[in-house]
Amino acid sequence: MNRKSLGIYIHIPFCVQKCLYCDFVSGPASDEIKRNYVNYLLKEIEACIYGNKSGSEYIVDTIFIGGGTPSVLDADWIEEILCKLKERFEISDDCECTIEVNPGTVDSDKMEKYREAGINRLSIGLQSCNDNELKILGRIHNFKDFEDMFQSARMAGFDNINVDLMSSIPEQTEESFTRSLKQVINLSPEHISVYSLIVEAGTPFYEMDLNLPDEDTERQIYYKTGEILKERGYEQYEISNYAKLGKECKHNIRYWQCDEYIGFGVAAASYFNGVRWKNAEDINFYIKYMQGVDCSVDKQCAGNINDEHCTENSNTGQGIENTGIIQRDEFYSEKDILTPEEQCAEFMFMGLRMNQGISAEEFYKRFGIMPDEKYGEIIEKHIQNGLLVKEEDYIRLTDKGRDVCNFVMADFL
Amino acid sequence: MSKIEQSKIRNFCIVAHIDHGKSTLADRIIEHTGLLTSREMQAQVLDNMDLERERGITIKSQAVRTVYKAQDGGEYIFNLIDTPGHVDFNYEVSRSLAACDGAILVVDAAQGIEAQTLANVYLALDHNLDVFPVINKIDLPSADPQRVKDEIEDVIGLEAQDAPLISAKNGIGIEDVLEAIVNKIPSPTGDADAPLQALIFDSLYDSYKGVIVFCRVMEGTVKKGTTIQMMATKAKADVVEVGYFGAGQFIPCEELSAGMVGYITASIKNVKDTAVGDTVTDFNRPCKEPLPGYKKVRSMVYCGVYPADGAKYPDLRDALEKLQLNDAALNYEPETSIALGFGFRCGFLGLLHLEIIQERLEREYNLDLVTTAPGVVYKVHKTDGEIIELTNPSNLPDPSEIEFMEEPIVTAEIMVTTEYIGSIMELCQERRGRYLGMDYMEETRALLKYELPLNEIIYDFFDALKSRSRGYASFDYDLKGYEQSELVKLDILVNREEVDALSFIVHKDTAYERGRKMCEKLKDEIPRHLFEIPIQAAVGGKIIARETVKAMRKDVLAKCYGGDITRKKKLLEKQKEGKKRMRQIGNVEIPQQAFMSVLKLDDKK
Repeated sequence: MNRKSLGIYIHIPFCVQKCLYCDFVSGPASDEIKRNYVNYLLKEIEACIYGNKSGSEYIVDTIFIGGGTPSVLDADWIEEILCKLKERFEISDDCECTIEVNPGTVDSDKMEKYREAGINRLSIGLQSCNDNELKILGRIHNFKDFEDMFQSARMAGFDNINVDLMSSIPEQTEESFTRSLKQVINLSPEHISVYSLIVEAGTPFYEMDLNLPDEDTERQIYYKTGEILKERGYEQYEISNYAKLGKECKHNIRYWQCDEYIGFGVAAASYFNGVRWKNAEDINFYIKYMQGVDCSVDKQCAGNINDEHCTENSNTGQGIENTGIIQRDEFYSEKDILTPEEQCAEFMFMGLRMNQGISAEEFYKRFGIMPDEKYGEIIEKHIQNGLLVKEEDYIRLTDKGRDVCNFVMADFL
Repeated sequence: MSKIEQSKIRNFCIVAHIDHGKSTLADRIIEHTGLLTSREMQAQVLDNMDLERERGITIKSQAVRTVYKAQDGGEYIFNLIDTPGHVDFNYEVSRSLAACDGAILVVDAAQGIEAQTLANVYLALDHNLDVFPVINKIDLPSADPQRVKDEIEDVIGLEAQDAPLISAKNGIGIEDVLEAIVNKIPSPTGDADAPLQALIFDSLYDSYKGVIVFCRVMEGTVKKGTTIQMMATKAKADVVEVGYFGAGQFIPCEELSAGMVGYITASIKNVKDTAVGDTVTDFNRPCKEPLPGYKKVRSMVYCGVYPADGAKYPDLRDALEKLQLNDAALNYEPETSIALGFGFRCGFLGLLHLEIIQERLEREYNLDLVTTAPGVVYKVHKTDGEIIELTNPSNLPDPSEIEFMEEPIVTAEIMVTTEYIGSIMELCQERRGRYLGMDYMEETRALLKYELPLNEIIYDFFDALKSRSRGYASFDYDLKGYEQSELVKLDILVNREEVDALSFIVHKDTAYERGRKMCEKLKDEIPRHLFEIPIQAAVGGKIIARETVKAMRKDVLAKCYGGDITRKKKLLEKQKEGKKRMRQIGNVEIPQQAFMSVLKLDDKK
């Protein structure tokens, strides 16, 4: 049977201490709460109808455990989660399985256990090699903690490691950033992500008077990043991502190519069967809902959103009763059934994030129309502007286009 | 119904400064005279446009007839004619006053006399009305009726010691007012058998009856079948119905004779034929001459009105057509702007009138509008002797063809507490004001008199006045006439292209300052583009100010939030939504709000 590929995202909303810029659903919590959450996470996976292993037309080939800081959990619990996934889903042999970790939360013992559990890729949140910058960001670790972690990861046999770096940190200079970058390169991770800080409303940074590098410096750093990494054998494949050949993050590429994935856990996002949805963002609400799900009676829960039987009937109360007090629709903080029009638009603006751009052939395969037919005027306009370029089958952003990609992308909506 | 004796009729109006309680007192009078039960009362019965009720102001004149059983045992007919309080509608006020024999002056017991109190009371006295004062809001903690009484006597010279002390809001002292109406306001005079002579003080278009003419009969009698003629417009028609004003309804009657206030319908199609101030007479037995004081209503302020969505142009035209049916003071003609497309140049009585029309278009007709900077009517004297009345800056002839230009000047009276005299004088100075004098009302308040160019007060003068006096200044003005002035056309260039909708006429001495501020404002309003955009202000081709919108260096969303594409999409959608509300000038996109935000240039608070 020719099975369709599927990704799985697991959200762990815990960390040691919330960073000053962070606006993810995450925070410190007691062991009891953490364990309780994992229990309901297991329940959510168990109850997901798409996880009908034997009859499923899907095969999972990427898993991403993100947060927060998933590594604050007991390594055994991570193993439990992965076991549950294997129980419910068909997982491919070469499945990319990533966990996000932060320095100061993983010892060599934990590293070993991750390996045993089947994790084969690490994404380390370093952000900066400069201890002062780390302090400004409200990180709990210093550069030395990172070096130790990297060391123990290699020792444990991890041969696919990403390191996250951040630009536009308050007080950061082009010089201090470049030094960080080079220090990371010297450790030779397989993959490096460089994000520029976005000060989001609702974070402590938003209320603070920050000395942020100006736009020109930020762009300068961006150009420099590309240059240095290229010299050292890292190819940029997305706006913020660089990798050694063949080490691109398959899970993230899934997002950018609008392929399907299912998210489990609080605030986890999914895209499946033309529907985007997002779970409840409040952990108590999430738990309360999960308490009402009875796996032995039915498989109705988050993740079954576009199942006709479930959505239709449970909404009208004719289906199998959810024993909980929270209605299924309330559980989703968002639910968006995409029209073909929206699917086309998403394919364009997400695909353009990647350096290779979007494939006209793939576009045609999915939507039965060529991108030029659908968006000819917009594409032509931005080629004129020098922001887009066509190369054989592909349409991609130029270097200049990458600087102002929102400007281009917004036109496809 | 037996003939009504003139001695039992009282025709009067209420004059007051805005918010001193005129409409509330009118409500109470109607309530207490028993024509309406309390149950039927909606707040402010006379203001029947939603907008009027919401803004708490009276836009159009209205009238109502009630019956009062006085303490002397007689039944009196009260014709209460409501007048607009705002200077924009001064002419309508004046005509309403001419239809009355007396006036009630309402003064706030706490605030005392304000600029409009004076303006309106003088207007009433000019029309030889008997005015008696009423002190309102006496139940306010800050009320000081004795001080206000003294003020009325000192400043206006009206006997005020026995003025009724009332609270219109809480129904205190209303009976005193009703008795005062009977005793202090004279009954009308006039000969019911003389040739017909009636003053039009308002008119209303009704889709069934045609134009309904509101009038006061001075001499003679009008009834169904009379062939009437408007003496100024010469329009002629046969009377279909006459009647008087119930509260919110028209009540037909046999005839209207000298001294009475009522309405006439005669299948007239256009309110323009029944201009306010015109005299109605009997075509077959005309009176010798029309009543004095008629003047054609002229628009004082003009601006371009454009639909935000170009496809809505026909809707805008229909809406203006309908509004004009009821508002002879509104005029419009089509115009085209390179920046804004198809729209209309509209003329208004003043800025409030403009705002009201704009709001009605947006609310009642659901239109999204872009308006250009309001301007006044300039007189351009050309070298060939021709005189142009300029309403649109784009039509200004080449400077070489202009001999000189004139602009309208007003005399303004500003009432202000003494602590703010300095800042208000400074404001008037900045607006090219000519100081005429100052009178102290009492120790703490003064009346400043200035001559000001109208074009300096139509933008944001009122706002500036309020903010610089913490809301304590009040203001009234009257058109004085035209004066020669050194005027220039200020052009705005965006990316080296002139944006016609942003051009305006300004005095040469203030051109630089205005140009600089315009550029600064626009710099904040115009989003960054892929290229650098110069914003320039120019006079006669010479650049006098410049700002630059820097090129967009970066517009990137870095992080993908665990596959949360929707969040990303929302941000892009917002960006796109913003783009939709832009106007394309050359290759620059200008947000629509930029056209309006540049109107508010006073930055001193």
